Amino acid sequence: MAKIKGTVIIDEQRCKGCELCVVACPTDVLQLQNKEVNDRGYHFAYTAQPDNCIGCASCAMVCPDACFTVYKITTTDNI
Amino acid sequence: MNREDIIKNGTIVYNRPRLLNERNTHYCPGCSHGVVHRILAELIEEMGIEDKTIGIAPVGCAVFAYNYIDVDWIEAAHGRAPAVATAVSRLNPDNVVFTYQGDGDLAAIGTAETIHAANRGENIVIIFINNAIYGMTGGQMAPTTLLGQKTATTPYGRKADINGYPIKMSDLLAQLDGTCFVTRQAVHTPAAVRKAKKAIRQAFENAIAKRGTSVVEIVSTCNSGWKLSPAKSNEWMASNMFEKYPLGDLKNI
Ligand SMILES: Cc1ncc(C[n+]2csc(CCOP(=O)(O)OP(=O)(O)O)c2C)c(N)n1
Ligand code: SF4
Ligand code: SF4
Ligand code: SF4
Repeated sequence: MAKIKGTVIIDEQRCKGCELCVVACPTDVLQLQNKEVNDRGYHFAYTAQPDNCIGCASCAMVCPDACFTVYKITTTDNI
Repeated sequence: MNREDIIKNGTIVYNRPRLLNERNTHYCPGCSHGVVHRILAELIEEMGIEDKTIGIAPVGCAVFAYNYIDVDWIEAAHGRAPAVATAVSRLNPDNVVFTYQGDGDLAAIGTAETIHAANRGENIVIIFINNAIYGMTGGQMAPTTLLGQKTATTPYGRKADINGYPIKMSDLLAQLDGTCFVTRQAVHTPAAVRKAKKAIRQAFENAIAKRGTSVVEIVSTCNSGWKLSPAKSNEWMASNMFEKYPLGDLKNI
């Protein structure tokens, strides 16, 4: 069966750790770093569960700092 | 299929808009201003109007808007953006002119300029960021502050007998013959962002077709001024602001 898979690249240095993408993601892909911070001191977002991503770009829609690049593919692979 | 395969063989469904400069914005984390800047940059690029778009920046947190979106800008004195936009659009009728204003700028010091530009039906777009507070100066009461809302100057909450009532600017502007499109949007969810972007596109199309003044109010958050997290601010906005400032078109002719 064809399946939609996605992935995101986050501009970690630009991220301000606002968490709006974390809230918007429908498949719980994103989290904020717990300890690690970027050069400006923000707990930046990362893909905690990357395999869940469906490439819906909800994260990109709400990000005030345009940190996201979103990719999507339709695949028949099992994974 | 791993991440590299998806990146290599998949399609890009979202990319940082080309017209947003590399510079980091000075906005607080999670501020609605950032989202609206982003969709403006996306739209101007998608509509292919970057060479003829002129923005008029306000006084308020968006005072540096000209640093972020790579089109031509003029920075107006506080509240005067619609007057400056009037001159720019009359002298350059082939350009697409928009103002970008907060509620302090548009609904307090600039009320007269806003109402008269709209009443004259200037061919401009007014982007109105209504976050119910003066963000830049430290969270004082704005004309749009809700009754009961706590701010630096209404520490016990806004009271009608002392502070007057929240003003619904878009409702006032919709009454004027010069406006062709007045809509109230928000940018707190992916669906809302897509809708807001569509509304701003229509406003720009109206300006290009010289249909008169278009007003797009974006009910927004100021999480620093409200003293809530960005996510909680969105929740507070949805449960408190939308009742007074309901989303949707107020006028579309
Ligand atoms: C003539 C003049 N009066 C007052 C000020 C002080 N001032 C700067 S920003 C601002 C209000 C900003 O609020 P708003 O327009 O709602 O924008 P926000 O910062 O919330 O985005 C005021 C009163 C000023 N800069 N110039
Ligand atoms: S593209 Fe969609 S599924 Fe993937 S991280 Fe962003 S919001 Fe989550
Ligand atoms: S929405 Fe953008 S700025 Fe906010 S945490 Fe996510 S990636 Fe960072
Ligand atoms: S003070 Fe408020 S409006 Fe200004 S940048 Fe911060 S959150 Fe945004």
